This record gives sequence, structure tokens and C-alpha cells, in this order.
Amino acid sequence: MWKRRLKVILVNAELMLVTILVLIPVIWIVMSSFNKGQNLSTASFIPKELTLENYTKLFQETDFGNWFVNSLFIALLNATISVVLILVTAWILSRFKFKGKKTGLLTLLVLSMFPSFLSMTAVYTLYVVFNLVNQPLALVILYAAGAIPYNVWLVKGYIDGIPSSLDEAAYIDGSSRINTFLKIIVPMSKPIIVYCAVSQFMMPWMDYIIPNLLLTGNKNKTVAVGLYSMISNDQNANFTLFAAGAVLVAVPITIMYLLFQKFLVQGIVAGASKE
Amino acid sequence: MNKRKRIISLLCSIIIWGSGQFFVCKQRIKGLLLFVFQLIFIGTELFTGYWLEALSGQIQHFSFRLHGGFFTKGIWGLVTLGEREGGINGDHSTMLMITGIIAILVLIVVGGINIFNLYDAYKTGRLLDETGHCPTTKEYFKSTYSRFFAYIILVPIVIYITFIVIMPIIFAILTAFTNYNANHLPPGNLVKWVGFDNFKKLFQIPIWSSTFFLVLRWTVVWAVLATFSTFFFGMLQAILLNSKYTKCKTFYRGMMILPWAIPQLISLLVFRNLLNGQFGPVSKLLMDLGLTDHRIAFLSDPFIAKVTILVVNLWLGFPMFMIMIQGILSNIDKSLYEAAEIDGGGGFKIFRYITLPLVLRATAPLIVMNLAGNFNGFGIIYFLTNGGPVNTNYQFAGDTDILISWIYKLTLDQKLYDMAAVMNIMIFIMIAGVSIWNFRRTQAFKEV
Repeated sequence: MWKRRLKVILVNAELMLVTILVLIPVIWIVMSSFNKGQNLSTASFIPKELTLENYTKLFQETDFGNWFVNSLFIALLNATISVVLILVTAWILSRFKFKGKKTGLLTLLVLSMFPSFLSMTAVYTLYVVFNLVNQPLALVILYAAGAIPYNVWLVKGYIDGIPSSLDEAAYIDGSSRINTFLKIIVPMSKPIIVYCAVSQFMMPWMDYIIPNLLLTGNKNKTVAVGLYSMISNDQNANFTLFAAGAVLVAVPITIMYLLFQKFLVQGIVAGASKE
Repeated sequence: MNKRKRIISLLCSIIIWGSGQFFVCKQRIKGLLLFVFQLIFIGTELFTGYWLEALSGQIQHFSFRLHGGFFTKGIWGLVTLGEREGGINGDHSTMLMITGIIAILVLIVVGGINIFNLYDAYKTGRLLDETGHCPTTKEYFKSTYSRFFAYIILVPIVIYITFIVIMPIIFAILTAFTNYNANHLPPGNLVKWVGFDNFKKLFQIPIWSSTFFLVLRWTVVWAVLATFSTFFFGMLQAILLNSKYTKCKTFYRGMMILPWAIPQLISLLVFRNLLNGQFGPVSKLLMDLGLTDHRIAFLSDPFIAKVTILVVNLWLGFPMFMIMIQGILSNIDKSLYEAAEIDGGGGFKIFRYITLPLVLRATAPLIVMNLAGNFNGFGIIYFLTNGGPVNTNYQFAGDTDILISWIYKLTLDQKLYDMAAVMNIMIFIMIAGVSIWNFRRTQAFKEV
């Protein structure tokens, strides 16, 4: 009996310890965001005085509002466009036979392995030529294109799993290709669509390299670049402002992640096994 | 058997695209369409350059640089990368390179259409020879509609990917064979082709090669340790969560997946402050507790920084494996365990011979993907230490830099685009080698 009790204590103690270690940074940043005072050294674990000052200052004295709106629009547009492109491409590659299909699929596979900022220099030049630098929404052109190679494989694998007897039945009933796609393939692929939409929505929020390269000027920044600029100098003088901004961005995204947990896990597993 | 028609048809289409189909085979619309393609192609070249003036003798000294059209000037630019240096009237080498690549990509498409044109002219001609009649355009399109349907939908997407993804990659690869760097920056200077000089530099100049191999060594060590530490810690937590001794499973699980759900960039920036060498609260706490008498340089001591990065990565990465493995564990057949217990297997033996192999097999693809991801794990290095502390024995790299963050520095801080491109190619070869090897074993490959 005592052996069993010891095990219970040990197991629960370990879990408790890990939970505490996980929570410390989270609690610390939330507390810091309510802290009076500005810099890192004065931000203590348990603030002497709680205040909402940092949150009001964030909107009055910095361009956080602009950054947030920029990121939100980029994210929404990116999720929409990427999902449409990915789904249509994957559907064609899954259901139609045509010359060059195998080459195309292998090309996509190789493309998905290039590190994304390999192409930074050329992309920058292209953006300058077409006068797209400093236009937040123009980032979507890059994001959506970049999302295609990896996700098409993922979604194609999923659509391959939908029995093609379903579409054949629809064709016999006189349904057109587009109609079959919309009425059968789209509803059947809902889980993977949710995965693509959510991951493509999340991505622009936290991407730093591309917006840092292509967006200058304070108002045009995205939240990732803006937040980093607050603490990248050595003094960390704006630390509590950063904390408030971090909390404002992290809370909605974390909630989304937890809500869509099931779909995200499925998507990761499918992506890893590509089956 | 008469072979006349197929030869006439082919010969016609060589000179004027689609004419074989139009005159010999009476496929009027298809012939016209092909002819329109030819017109657009030749028209583009003629009217973007000064060919008409040149042909009518108005230009004394013809040069591609000044008078070439989109295609000829594009190829000229790609071959020479510009001839006149400096200023507004000079050549802009990288622009010439990009237009050159685009011109060649378009030429490939045009070539493809032409090959189709010739092949089709011959094929319909043969059909005419053999059967005496051939399908009209309408019948032709109808019979190949489903094939065309795929092409019609895919063509815009292919063009889009070609310009935004493939063209920049070709540019980056070609850059490795030029001297495009801080000393040769267009538009002020010209860039030249230098062949394999940059690769020689990487392997023959000691500071480059030693930096490369030391950074590569840490990159591999980092990727392996980061992946397996998160994997095993995640597995431990999953097993504990599933154990019959655990109370409040949902609570623990809910808390422990937070690092997975919180945006990674935010977490990294929080850790960067939490572990800050001068003002960070963790050092202060350790000092207050009397565990150390000076501030610990979590992020600026070469060795401690590496350990810190791995620990922070463990915090960030274990929940993902925990969730995955928990799912796998709950799917393992309970009778396996019962049988093992009857056979007298102890807790550790059951883990070693049943749980571990099953989990490893189910998560193997995930581990490979994670390894590749960590190999290129730019974010954690850049946002925690920025590759630092700077190591003076390294060429523009710090002690914790991995290849990808080193490339970033070479590109943005040092403007050594040529060497960065060389490094990119090396990374690609390594990642693609492993990934393709891994992919060839999967079911998906056989089904393509």
C-alpha cells in the first residue's frame, strides 16, 4: 500500500513541478504587463501596484493599433487566398490524370524543402520593381505562394483518401466538375481545410523576416516586427509596454490554438507521414 | 503507304505555327490559336527592342544592350551581367539577371508550345494519311477536355509559383556563382560571373572553412539534441499523464500544452528578457536565494548559452510530442500489456519492449520532420541570442549561430550575398538529401 502511495506522490509531484515551470514565464509576462514602471529591472514578479497604464499607453503612444490591424488583415487575406489555391491545386492533382503530373508533384516536394528566406534578395528586388514595398497586404503574395508546395501535398493526400466513387456518382447524375468539387470534395475535406486556414492565419502574426525586410516605416509594421523593436535595444526601457502588447497578441491566438487543437494535431500528423 | 500529309503539315508548322493544322488538317481554330502564340512571341521581341529600326538600317552600331528586345536583351543581360559600370546610365547587374531569368523561363514555355505545335501537326497529319480524315477543332477539344481542364486550372497557379517561388530560387542559386557582395553592389558597381570561386573560397580559405564546419557541427548537435530532448521529455509526460496514479489529468494536460499554443515568437522574446544577463529576474532570483554570487550570463557565455537554448527549446517543444504520444498510447491495445504482465514483465521491461517500439514507429516521420525543422530553426537562435556571443575566430558568426542564422547575418548585415548563396546551396543539398531519402520509403511516393 505504501508503495502505491509513494508512486502517486512522485508522479503527481513531477507533473506539478513541470506545470509550475511551464506557468512561470506565462504568469511573469502577464504580471509585468500590469506593472507600474517601465523597464525590465523594475518589473517584479508580484507587482506592488497593478495598473492598466501599459495597455492605454500601448494604443496612445505607440502604433500598436496599426500593427495589429495590419497583421489581422494580412492573416485573414492569407488564410482565404492560400486555402483556395491549395485546395484547387490539390484537387486537380488528386483527381485528374494528365501529362507532367508526376514531375509537378516532385517539383513541389523539392520546393517545399528550400528555406524560405533563400529567396530574400530576389523577392526584394521584385517588390521594388513592382512598387510593392511598404504595402502590408502585398506580403500575402509571398505567403500564399510559399504555402502551396507543402500544403498541396498534405491536402492531396487527404483528398486521395476520399472515395472517388462519390464524385463518379455525381458525374453520372450530370454534375459539372466545379459543382462536384464544391458539393463533394470541399465538404468532405473540412478537417484539412480548417487546418490549412488556421495555420495560414497564424503564420503572418509571428513571421518576422519577411515583414522586417519589406515593410519600413512605423505604421506599416506587423505586430511581430513592432514587438521586437520594443525590446531589441539594450536598455529594455519599454519592457512593460512590450509585455502588454505580447499579452494582447498571445491571448487570442492561444485561445484559437486550443479551440482548433484537434484539427492542428491531425494536420501535423498528416504532414509528417504524408499518407 | 502515303506519308505526304504528315510531312507537309509538319513543314508548314515549322515556319508558321499552326499552319499545318489550319491548311492541311482543316483544324481552323486550333491552327489560329497556335499562330496567335507565335505572333505574340515575335511581336514581343520586335516591339520591346529596336529591331524594326535596325532592319531598316537606321541604326549604325547594333548592340543587344541598347537595341535588343525582351528576349535577346534578357539573355544578353544574363550572360554578361552588364557592361557599363556606374550611375544612371550604367547597367544594373541584378536587375539584368532577374529579367534574364524571366526571359528564359518564358522562352521555355514558348519552346514547350512550339514542341506541342510540331508534334501535333505531325500527329494530325499522320491521322489524315492513315484514315483520310481528322477530328475538327471542336471534336479535338471535346476529346481532350478533361486533360485541358486540369491544365486550364493549373496554368495560372504554375505561373504564380514560377515567378514568386521558383524564379527567386534560381536567382539565389545563380548568385553563388557571382561576386555579388558588399564590394560589388548594383547600381553603383557591376557584378561578374566568377564560376566556382565562392565554393573554392568556402573550402580553401581557412577562416571560411573552419567557421563553416564549426557552425555545421553545432547545427547538427543542436538539431539532434533539440529533437530527442523534446521527444523523450514529451514521452515521459505523456506516460505520466496516462498513468493510473495521476489525479486531475485534464488540468495538467491543459496547462502543459500552453507552450505549444502560445505563439513561439512571443515565448522566445519573453525568455530573452527573463534570462537577460543584466536585468533578468531569473539571475536575480538565484542571487537572492544565495545559489550564486554573480549574475549568470545565460545568453552571453558560449557554453551556458547553448545549454540555455536547449532548455528553452525543451520548454517550447515537449508539449507537441506529449500530445502526439498521448494519442498513440491511448490507441495501444490493452491486451498487449495484460499479456506482458501475465508473462511477468516488470514496468521497465514493458516500456522497453512494448511502449517504446510502438511509439517510435508511430512517431518516426514526426521525428524526421522535427530534425529538419530544427536544422533550419532560425527563430529560436535569432530571438534568444542572435547567434551571440560573437566569436572572433569565426567569420561573422557567433558561438550559438546555426547555419541558417549565419546566412541571415551574411545577407542582411554583411551583404555577402555570394557566400550566403553558397551556404544556402549546401543547406539545401543536406536537407533535400535526407528528406528525399525519407520520402522515398513512404507510401505516398509509390502512389504518385
